[in-house]
Amino acid sequence: MSALQSQSQPLVKVRDLNVAFVSKEATLHAVNGVDFDLAPKETLCILGESGSGKSVTLRSLMRLHPPRRTRITGTIQVDGTDIVAASERELSSIRGRLVSMIFQEPMTALDPVFTIGKQITETIRRHEGVSHQEAQRRALDLLELVQIPSARQRLDAYPHELSGGLRQRAMIAVALSVRPKLLLADEPTTALDATVQIQVLLLLKRIQAELGMGVIFVTHDLGVAGEIADRIAVMYAGRFIEEAPAEALLEAPEHPYVEGLLGATVTPASRGRRLTAIPGSPPNLRTLPVGCAFAPRCTSAEPNCRAAVPDLRALAPDRTVRCIHPAGLRPSMPPAMAFAAEERAP
Amino acid sequence: MTDPLPAPLAESPLQPLPDVGGPAQALLSVSGLTKTFAGRGKLFGGRAGAVQAVSAVSFDVRKGETLGIVGESGCGKSTASKLIMGLLEPTAGEIVFDGEALGRDAAGLRRYRRQVQMVFQDSFSSLNPRLTIEESIAFPPMVHGMARKAAIGIARDMLAAVGLQPAQYATRFPHELSGGQRQRVNIARALALRPRLVVLDEPVSALDKSVEAQVLNLLMDLKAEFGLTYIFISHDLNVVQYISDRVLVMYLGRVVELGAAEAIFAGAAHPYTSALLASRPSVAGRSREAPPLVGDPPSPVNPPSGCAFHPRCVFSEAVCATTRPALLPVAVPDRQAEHLAACLINQPGSGHSRAPKAA
Repeated sequence: MSALQSQSQPLVKVRDLNVAFVSKEATLHAVNGVDFDLAPKETLCILGESGSGKSVTLRSLMRLHPPRRTRITGTIQVDGTDIVAASERELSSIRGRLVSMIFQEPMTALDPVFTIGKQITETIRRHEGVSHQEAQRRALDLLELVQIPSARQRLDAYPHELSGGLRQRAMIAVALSVRPKLLLADEPTTALDATVQIQVLLLLKRIQAELGMGVIFVTHDLGVAGEIADRIAVMYAGRFIEEAPAEALLEAPEHPYVEGLLGATVTPASRGRRLTAIPGSPPNLRTLPVGCAFAPRCTSAEPNCRAAVPDLRALAPDRTVRCIHPAGLRPSMPPAMAFAAEERAP
Repeated sequence: MTDPLPAPLAESPLQPLPDVGGPAQALLSVSGLTKTFAGRGKLFGGRAGAVQAVSAVSFDVRKGETLGIVGESGCGKSTASKLIMGLLEPTAGEIVFDGEALGRDAAGLRRYRRQVQMVFQDSFSSLNPRLTIEESIAFPPMVHGMARKAAIGIARDMLAAVGLQPAQYATRFPHELSGGQRQRVNIARALALRPRLVVLDEPVSALDKSVEAQVLNLLMDLKAEFGLTYIFISHDLNVVQYISDRVLVMYLGRVVELGAAEAIFAGAAHPYTSALLASRPSVAGRSREAPPLVGDPPSPVNPPSGCAFHPRCVFSEAVCATTRPALLPVAVPDRQAEHLAACLINQPGSGHSRAPKAA
């Protein structure tokens, strides 16, 4: 792929992605028709609650699902490579080199019986076949890139010898060892302490700018998304329900669920007033409703919402929402009023 | 459902125990609380040092307030909560509940545990998977001598009080509920004994945001309805700011700051608290380039000398490495008296260049 092409074309192109997990008892529809593009060097945050399909979408970009139980349909192209059609062999050269991933829990992502240095050099040699010395030199550069202090000694450290923050940095170093074009991040800062989380977020931002990677970052935390994302896509019941530039989405959400989520999130301004919680809980992915999956919890739902899944509509060139009556087109009721009706219903 | 308490509960044999010392006396008073865990032998014969998880912690919990406790992992907040619950025996220090010192005699502990209950972060592992919801909630009253039938009655009333329809949920098992519903059950069980103090250890940290708000609203309602006092432990500063009247900040087993929530969130006196507040990710923070703090919290196995925070502190001076600051009132004239911080910067004559001049 030439540089020229990658400038004009998206790095990632996903069309009508559906992922279902099949077992004898039931079929779980985790992702239901997701479309998106990611430009080179862009950061997209996929925001959602547990069970919304955000991690499943992310893992599909590397095809990390158990092959026998998973049904994937649709198109996933990363830098022109078709991920859905790739053979296992092709996948193992794609993973790490073209697409790489970092996880929430570095202790389970890193191998406990090898040193950090060994895990990085092995990845480099596996993909590029360079000499041991060359791989060692690059491993040291990588640890310095992720700002691990006394990097030379830390090459010989085992994962359990590092603190939580350093372990997270080491995992990032392993993921970046062959300079992937796309980095997938699955809640990489959720398990970290507050003062360490912000360090890792800033580190990721800096590295992304330095290496020019595309990043897809999955999180449930609005603050984290606001801190790091260029664009935010909100998922609910396996669908993208709203997608917009980060500031615009957090400032004026269009979808009632996103409005509710913002209202339910405790911020410094919440003190002294009742939180506007969203009533009910997310739908069961085994038996999704026919229409809009949020309709049973939505205060502005009408019969049309339950008849069919609303189409994605473009409200602006860079802004889409999957709702019949987004905030911008609703007559008058302020969103705070709409959700104040909630009381203690489970 | 905003109904007042269901009638049967009001006349249940388990009445809340009466207030002893009156409103001016602290409900819970902790002084010099210390817990040292003995070092375990290492795998190949070496000895690991003892860990002082909680060091000389003193604070009061006033009647009817919510005291928020914040800090990072390893700061001792969960150990402190277990000491308060009597689940761990303190190495040193005293816990006084409404004027009565907590002893280790069985009758005293039993009476104490009637009045102090706890809700844990993991809603699933804190419920017995083989008991139905109503059996779980009825268990504490039965332990305290109530007949099974009456206890089940209380359990159903408590279910209604936390917003779960008894007819629909009472005979279900924990795995049949969502995380938010299970946490409601845990709250109902904690309240079944009509306690006066509830220790909430990260009660909403495992919940989704939309459910977190429901549970926080519920906790606020129940506090008013049952006249409760809360100790609310969390690492989420936004939640602590929302729910707390006063806030206690811990670092490496010690209290570093204590004061009214408004005062602390408007102007923290300890550099650690300031850094913690500034570390909250937000859209407004997008332009920042340097993190408020570097490095990880230190290990309590080998704590730094002097002020435990000095290796990470931007204001650190030589004196900080040698002198451990006491928890003293912040010397700002226009502030209410009840704002304490353990930092030499605030202490006249401490030898720190930023400290106010000694009077």
